[in-house]
Amino acid sequence: MKYYRSHILVSINETSIAAGVQGFIQALRSELAKTELSAEINVLETGPLGFFGRGICLTVYPENVNYEAVKVEDIPELVSEHFLKGRPLKRLMLDSIGKFSPNFNYANRIVLRNSGIIDPENIDDYIGAGGYEAWEKALTQMQPAEIVAEVKKSGLRGRGGAGFPAGVKWSFTAPLEAPQKYVVVNADEGEPGTFKDRLIMEGDPHQLLEGIMICARAIGATKAYIYIRGEYKLCISRLELAIKQAKEYGILGTNIFDSGFDLDIMIKIGAGAYVCGEETALIESLEGNRGNPRWKPPFPGVKGLWQAPTVVNNVETLANVPFIIAKGADEYMKYGTPECTGTKVYTILGDVAHPGLCEVDMGTTLRTIINDYAGGMKKGFRFKAALVGGAAGVILPDRMLDVKMDFSSLNQYAAVLGSGAILVMNEHQSIVDMLWSILRFFRHESCGKCAPCKNGTQQLYKLITKIKKGEGTMEDVDLMQTIAETMLHTSFCALGQSPIMAIRSAIENFRDEFIDITKK
Amino acid sequence: MAKIVNVFIDGHHLEVPDTMTIIEAADKHGIHIPRLCYHPDLPPTANCGVCVVEVSGNPTPKRACCTPVAEGMKIVTNSKKLRSYRKTLVEMILSNHDVVCPTCAANNKCELQTLSNNLGVDPDALPCILDKKEVDFTSPSIIRDVNKCIACGRCITVCNEVQTVYALTFSERGIDAHVDTAFANGMANSPCVNCGQCTVYCPTGALREKSEIDAVWEAILDPDKHVVVQEAPAIRVSLGEEFGMPLGSITAKKMYAALRKIGFDAIMDTNFTADLTIMEEGTECVTKLKAGEKRPLITSCSPGWIKFMETYYPDLADCVSTAKSPMSMFGVLAKTYYAQERGIDPAKIVSVAVMPCTAKKFEARRPEMRDSGFQDVDYVLTTREFLRMIKEAGIDFAKIQDEDADEGMSFYTGAGTIFGATGGVMEAAIRSAYTLVTGQELDNVDIQAVRGLEGVKEATVNVPGFGDLRVAVAHGLSNARKVMDRVREGLKTTGESPWHFIEIMACPGGCVGGGGQPYGNDIASRARRGLALYEEDRSLPVRKSHHNPEVVRIYERFLGSPNSELAHKLLHTHYFKRSVYTGQVTGEATHKHH
Repeated sequence: MKYYRSHILVSINETSIAAGVQGFIQALRSELAKTELSAEINVLETGPLGFFGRGICLTVYPENVNYEAVKVEDIPELVSEHFLKGRPLKRLMLDSIGKFSPNFNYANRIVLRNSGIIDPENIDDYIGAGGYEAWEKALTQMQPAEIVAEVKKSGLRGRGGAGFPAGVKWSFTAPLEAPQKYVVVNADEGEPGTFKDRLIMEGDPHQLLEGIMICARAIGATKAYIYIRGEYKLCISRLELAIKQAKEYGILGTNIFDSGFDLDIMIKIGAGAYVCGEETALIESLEGNRGNPRWKPPFPGVKGLWQAPTVVNNVETLANVPFIIAKGADEYMKYGTPECTGTKVYTILGDVAHPGLCEVDMGTTLRTIINDYAGGMKKGFRFKAALVGGAAGVILPDRMLDVKMDFSSLNQYAAVLGSGAILVMNEHQSIVDMLWSILRFFRHESCGKCAPCKNGTQQLYKLITKIKKGEGTMEDVDLMQTIAETMLHTSFCALGQSPIMAIRSAIENFRDEFIDITKK
Repeated sequence: MAKIVNVFIDGHHLEVPDTMTIIEAADKHGIHIPRLCYHPDLPPTANCGVCVVEVSGNPTPKRACCTPVAEGMKIVTNSKKLRSYRKTLVEMILSNHDVVCPTCAANNKCELQTLSNNLGVDPDALPCILDKKEVDFTSPSIIRDVNKCIACGRCITVCNEVQTVYALTFSERGIDAHVDTAFANGMANSPCVNCGQCTVYCPTGALREKSEIDAVWEAILDPDKHVVVQEAPAIRVSLGEEFGMPLGSITAKKMYAALRKIGFDAIMDTNFTADLTIMEEGTECVTKLKAGEKRPLITSCSPGWIKFMETYYPDLADCVSTAKSPMSMFGVLAKTYYAQERGIDPAKIVSVAVMPCTAKKFEARRPEMRDSGFQDVDYVLTTREFLRMIKEAGIDFAKIQDEDADEGMSFYTGAGTIFGATGGVMEAAIRSAYTLVTGQELDNVDIQAVRGLEGVKEATVNVPGFGDLRVAVAHGLSNARKVMDRVREGLKTTGESPWHFIEIMACPGGCVGGGGQPYGNDIASRARRGLALYEEDRSLPVRKSHHNPEVVRIYERFLGSPNSELAHKLLHTHYFKRSVYTGQVTGEATHKHH
């Protein structure tokens, strides 16, 4: 293997592509050639680096220096300062004042452990990092029931929002006799502010494939679908490439590793409906129908895709599986809390110093996540509230900053972890505006199947608009609660059951704001 | 295999099979759970949420319509919370509904109105969120007023699953989600076959027939017009319901009296042409049988079926009898034979048909139904429209004295009257075809095998001199599809149809379950109405079409013989091919022969 003095990892993601990263890499390479550094400095195209800087972001190893918003014009100075003279260019460093350095504890990562390090478009990189060992172990050394038992034991809970134990879900489907079973990956990430699945897929597509393979073996499925949102162009191309590579290596396909086990993984591109993140609506859409939810029971585990037993799991959930199988449930359980094991990937956005993503243990407090991983609040702003879990989440005030972020702890406060989006608001932001945005979103995303959600989301939007304009009364505020409460108890699926979360938390925690605005 | 489980609804211990849903178990034991979108005839869409009940072990209520019962389940159907949710929910639905109850066609029959009343709903509790959309007036049969639609989805279920017509679907999303035809082209430009089952199952007034009441009143009140009326078989067993008479009351003579009181000039009966249809169709069938024809003969009375066949099975159009429906036969004869016999200028005759059917409005407007030189049938009233006219005329139907129809094209046999029930045409045809083939009379005229509500009925009748006559009867278009697929398959593989003679009716139950029948037209009422027709059949002096003296007379005086040249000109038709997307004619499927 060739030895390099330094590696420049360039994050290729949707943001950097928009900032012109392809041209940037060309320019960087030619500058290195011009300065005769090509043999010493390696430029590596990789996935998301694990922090979310603006524009084109670079990480340089082994120095572990992070740059953000680097432009083509900056290249000569960067190369000359950092790579010729060995002085990292302070001006472009992620935290130029040097007080904050993103807490990159790779040792504590599971899902993102390869992200930003390996080339996601190269299967050898993944294998070199220990990839597909779990798959080989699952296929050649473990019986399906043992896989299910191991995942059950690990305590892995679904990362899509509801937190249902994955092993238990698998155990419903695994014993069923059926001519065909399916694994369906829910990659239709649609919760506002959530993009963790995108980064997982962009950064390490093979890890997801390996999770799918293990799940398929565990439940006896020979076909898997990745239902992915259409905007995720880079994820789609990387997954397509990863599937192709895995097939070429005989990791995927027919008679894998001479085991007699066949598996095919297919990608289905969604058309952008939020409700299609609901597993039964996703299945309907996958079948080519209108994306309306189905009644449960029967659950998809018994009658899912084309009425066949189907396990539907979120991207992050499946991305945890290779680690569990490779290292064992006991090792996995060292992460997180006893009730909620493992790690969680969060996307942090809003008024923090460094919006981005992080992977931390389950049970880490909101305060730690904001201060240690997002650099605290943006300069000059105070924390007011955080919307946790996207539109279907809750608005948490500052007194909740020390609540542990995991399924069970949040549950005690009638809050949810949801998708893991954390939207931080400063003290100047209006809770009423935020609620308006959320309710406008629900109105737009209701599928219109059931009367409570169809009519309720419209009523709520009209009421909050009236309140926002200063034309509402406290009776209107109460009416919103009554409507949302009725929706919670009568809606067909989780979409209509969700607005109450934001409404209740907004009104309970920030009642004064509603009193003020209705007094006008 | 269903297992019997113990459930407790509001404390009542019930033992029910585990294949049942909560609402089915409750209904069976007389416990009424409020509901709106649920209908016992249809698979649940679970759209409205009104039927939520508290179920032990569940943090939020469950829909009773689609939650199966389970052992030990404890169910509460009426609690403070449930009452409050239901009330708010119905208020939400009403806030997006065009509340014009007093003038709505569904007034007093509307399930939303009844439910709102029962729950003590405040119609002004929530601000109105209705965004008025255009009403679809394109169809000659059905008006679709999306402003009254509550998106329960019953119409879509019945159109797609019971009828397999696929004219309706949900379009757009969220608050804009509404029932629509493909590309929002309107009912007239869709595969809609006008069967009207959607109007039957619509819980509100969002789907209703296109009314021709005003035009009919105008004709009646015009002294220059001679208004002749005919009534389909099924009408006479359906009118009484609306006036508190028991379901399945036979009210032919009250019907005649009401028509006369309303002011029609000549009161005739479609049952007469039903008998005539048997002569034409029966002769066609016997001719085919004698020629050793491998392709079957299929009945042609049901206009919903005809358009369905033209859309989905035009390759089998030559198997369908060329005989017009009884209504259209009557229409053409009213302006030819009747006009001639009575010495009336046919231009002055207005021909009105009272039908259990919305598709008849479409049939009457077919360009080929003008063999009299005029539009053969000018106006078609559904049973529901006729009921409204009875009320508009201030007639107390239950108390009106019996009267007879006018003489002539009103005499009918038992065979004619059972046309209104599924299997009736087949039974009537067998009664006469037997005679046409053998020259002998069939002794036992009650052919039980073709009666009843089984979706596809099959029978074999031994006809001396011919052998086994294999027949099939299908009602409801999903059943028609099953039969047609087998015919198509049989012709393709063995060159032979599984049956010689097939009866198909578009509506489940036949015409008694037609799309124009009174509200509350569920499968159980259809069965009861059908039985009433068989009762009337038994009570009539003549039970075979070929013994109808007026039929004998019309052949002697006017038509010559069945399938004569004149009969072909006036009483037979031909078929088209239609687009499955737009329902529009794309070419001829058969030619008219003279």
